Amino acid sequence: MSEAFKMDEAQPRLLDETGQGLIGEPLDRPEGRLKVTGQARYSAEYAPERMVHGVLVRATITRGRVTGFDDSAAQALPGYLGLFHGPRFIRNPAQGMADEAPCQPGESIDYHGQPVALVVAESFETARDAAARIVVHYDEAPGAPVAPDTGEIEENEKRKSVQGDLEAAMAGAAAVVDAEYTTAGHAAAAMEPHAAIAEWRDGRLLMHGSLQMIRFNKNELADALGVSPEAVRILAPYVGGGFGSKLGISSEHVSAALAARALERPVRVVMSRQTVFDAVLRRTETWQRLRLGADKDGRLTAIGHEDRVSNLEGEGFAEPVSAATRFLYSAPNRLIRQHISRNHRTPSGSVRAPGEAVGMFALETAMDELAEKLGLDPVELRLRNIPERHPVTGQAYTARALAESLREGAKRFGWDQRPETGSRREGEWLIGMGMAGAGRSNMLVPSAARVTLSRDGALVETDMTDIGTGSYAILGQIAGEMLGLPIDKVAVHLADSDLPGASGSGGSFGASSSGSSVFLAARKIREILAQRLGCKPEELKVSGGEVSGGGTRAKLADLLPEPISAEAKIEKGKTAESHFSAGFGAHFVEVAVSEVSGEIRVRRMLGVFGIGRVLNEKTARSQAVGGMVWGVGSALHEELGHDPRTGHIVTRDLANYHIPAHADIPRDMEVVFLPERDDQANPIQSKGIGELGISGSGAAVINAVHNATGLRLRHFPATPDKVLAGWADGR
Amino acid sequence: MKPFDYQRARDLETAAEAAQAGGRIIAGGTNLLDLMKLQVMTPERLVDITRIPGLDRIESDGPGLRIGALVRNSDLSADMRIRTGYPVLARALLAGASGQIRNKATTGGNLLQRTRCPYFYDPAMACNKREPGAGCAAIGGVSRMLAILGTSEACRAAHPSDMAVALRALEAEVETRRADGATRRLGLDALYRLPGERPDLETTLEPGEIITAVLLPAPLPGATQSYRKIRDRASYAFALVSVAAVVRMEDARIATASLAFGGIGARPWKDPEVDAMLSGQSPSAELFVRAADRLLAQAETDEGNDFKREMTRRALIAVMREATGLAPASTGTDKAEVPA
Repeated sequence: MSEAFKMDEAQPRLLDETGQGLIGEPLDRPEGRLKVTGQARYSAEYAPERMVHGVLVRATITRGRVTGFDDSAAQALPGYLGLFHGPRFIRNPAQGMADEAPCQPGESIDYHGQPVALVVAESFETARDAAARIVVHYDEAPGAPVAPDTGEIEENEKRKSVQGDLEAAMAGAAAVVDAEYTTAGHAAAAMEPHAAIAEWRDGRLLMHGSLQMIRFNKNELADALGVSPEAVRILAPYVGGGFGSKLGISSEHVSAALAARALERPVRVVMSRQTVFDAVLRRTETWQRLRLGADKDGRLTAIGHEDRVSNLEGEGFAEPVSAATRFLYSAPNRLIRQHISRNHRTPSGSVRAPGEAVGMFALETAMDELAEKLGLDPVELRLRNIPERHPVTGQAYTARALAESLREGAKRFGWDQRPETGSRREGEWLIGMGMAGAGRSNMLVPSAARVTLSRDGALVETDMTDIGTGSYAILGQIAGEMLGLPIDKVAVHLADSDLPGASGSGGSFGASSSGSSVFLAARKIREILAQRLGCKPEELKVSGGEVSGGGTRAKLADLLPEPISAEAKIEKGKTAESHFSAGFGAHFVEVAVSEVSGEIRVRRMLGVFGIGRVLNEKTARSQAVGGMVWGVGSALHEELGHDPRTGHIVTRDLANYHIPAHADIPRDMEVVFLPERDDQANPIQSKGIGELGISGSGAAVINAVHNATGLRLRHFPATPDKVLAGWADGR
Repeated sequence: MKPFDYQRARDLETAAEAAQAGGRIIAGGTNLLDLMKLQVMTPERLVDITRIPGLDRIESDGPGLRIGALVRNSDLSADMRIRTGYPVLARALLAGASGQIRNKATTGGNLLQRTRCPYFYDPAMACNKREPGAGCAAIGGVSRMLAILGTSEACRAAHPSDMAVALRALEAEVETRRADGATRRLGLDALYRLPGERPDLETTLEPGEIITAVLLPAPLPGATQSYRKIRDRASYAFALVSVAAVVRMEDARIATASLAFGGIGARPWKDPEVDAMLSGQSPSAELFVRAADRLLAQAETDEGNDFKREMTRRALIAVMREATGLAPASTGTDKAEVPA
């Protein structure tokens, strides 16, 4: 049986009543041991019989056409099996939730590094050698714009939002901030490189693919290959990090499938680290102008946030830079605009917390600056500007812990000990404290799951993925909690496209969306148990193999002559129209800045968050910490370097693209979740967490640097040279 | 990666023969293997010297030390004789790479590692070091990690080693064995060539000549040693600028100063004139500024790495202030403890 559920109204908080003691507990991941002992098989770690190996060949011009390939030097290699290319090859990965093939450019080249062909050989080493021997002939169209301020710049009308008169409000404000900011492009830099093994069995494709959203990926791959979705099965039980970079299918999947079909042999394609940088969607660099105006009491009268991002012509994605600016603070006069530069860099797409991750640098450092101008504590300025209703849509907020996070964080961090700007020193190190608000919108995405209860325990089945986030853990906990089972009696099968289609992992909506579908399926099973026992569903208690309610009692096994299976699908409903749901929080950071070198060291971090119901305290904390680390990375380290002539990414390995090392992250890193239930978000009252930790954390680092040094840094990452330049400018 | 032959050398003689015949010496392989996977280097034959006995020892060499070419970076940095007599070397080693890499990397291999210029690593980009005469795509490209001293119109690559910077400040020598079996000793200034028109020729080693040891002179009694590395993250990053210093004070004057620099030079950088102008002088901010001016007089920078001038200046001044006692010593500065 299958239940279709729309989130039209708040649901009873059943998970607070069931009493099994699983939900929220910091349980270990059930697959953790497999992962740390190397037994969990990732996409590339299968070796079907007769498997051969593919290596992608990239374009080494920025724009033009391929006029031919010469593989004669490769032909000389024993074990060389051929060169594959053609009209079904894709230009770049599908954008998240595209549900259809991305651009299939034929001979066209739109960026340096675009995969144009696949070399296949009996061994990986031969394939790599052969790939280096392929000569690609081009008809180059020189002069392609590659810098963000060149090329065609168009306004993104759907991002435009105007209320009141910003200019007039700025002119009449008691204090204003009007500043320009830039953020560098980012790579997702997942530990596991993009990988695929394609195998055709009786006309059906079996794809082991490192992917985040199986339900969409199946349709994307079928469309790219020109087959029906039923002819595609995708498996991705373990994914070594995604961060948005595996939302959509990419070249390794399509090329492996094409070559496998032609050769009638399984084909494995694993991107090299360099190819991951060349050919996987990046986070755009941004330019931003942020304007704030306030009255003398620190009430915002004006917020203006304009930005420019870049992407290839034809790509529908544009980083929603102003996402948090829309809902975090009130101001009667507002202006939000976006422009897109159409350049020929590697195309851009979703990277963890698209929008907030970069937009909140401008918003939250400008708030810090405004507080200073007003002579107001930055925490207090934020408290004074919490809107009653969503400033743009007028919706009511669901549970919103912004004020509480700000107050609780200030108390825990010792914010009252914040030094005067530039006044605290330890040897050559200048010490400062900074803070920022956090906000990240929360979504409910259609998601389905099947739960089967038998005398042996429960089985959860869905094509939901676990990209390192803890899906196995939380889905098992929800089912166990609902069905009165210890956690070791719940099995969770994920990421097989033949299973009910889930939201997938993205946008921090995976846990709530897929978790709700598991909850609903289990609730259906509870209704059947109640019916069999002869009580009302709300009276039902299941625990320790016993079922009771309405004065009667039975052994669970006796109510299960045969297994009960229930499927449920959730989608958003009326509450998503009446209410606006988001995760909120506050970040507090202490830094030390060397007055010799300009090096910045983060010494302490605290994040306080309201994320609705916490499903597993351990995996939730890991998500929050991971996000905060990303904040440090984007504030201080991460930067895609683009060659000014070709546009190609020069920092194409992990020695040149700097993510924080352990030594960059303080041991004193605290995460606090405030008790909260979000009744309008979904039936399990939870919210997303994975991206909230990034949202604002980098700005808190930069605000701490200001407190330490007096410098206002507006170009990120704030590498040591930028600090020195700030001092040289006398800022 | 291209297929290659692998040969395990029993002794230096067979290694030298194989190397002279075109074989490429491999020890830890922490750099060479990466370059082979990228097909930046495509040796026909690897000659593994790690099984040759006797090259992995740290021994007394008169008043100094003889460090075998196969001594691992991690072992060298942990050796008590190094930590007490040559702390600048221990600190430079620990400032480089990661624990895992230092466990594999050897002393000789560290000296001969290749530049990390990203254009050298990308076979689609023109590079005179990879292919003489091809041109240099790094000029006009992303230049943050490139050198500003000793460069040429053919090459802007920086030498990436931390260890070699400390060795230059310590005025160490390398001992080599030539193909004919003769040994020679040469300073690092004589070992490393400047790029000139042939950046592919990085050292003066002859075909078949193998580094067998690094020779450290006696520790300078009472000298203060310091290694300061400025980088884009706290660990596992190449230097933007680094300074190694060995400074001995006498009667409130700088008796001798030996400075070397990383991240800015086409080779581990040392300017004898800078050392000379410091020696014999009373320490002062003004003196250090002049030393920095002298050091940077020939620097060539572009928009992407011009910051290295100011950063080098600050690093030099800070290190000298600490080494001469003008400022309290911070982490990273040690006095060499010389056994009586």
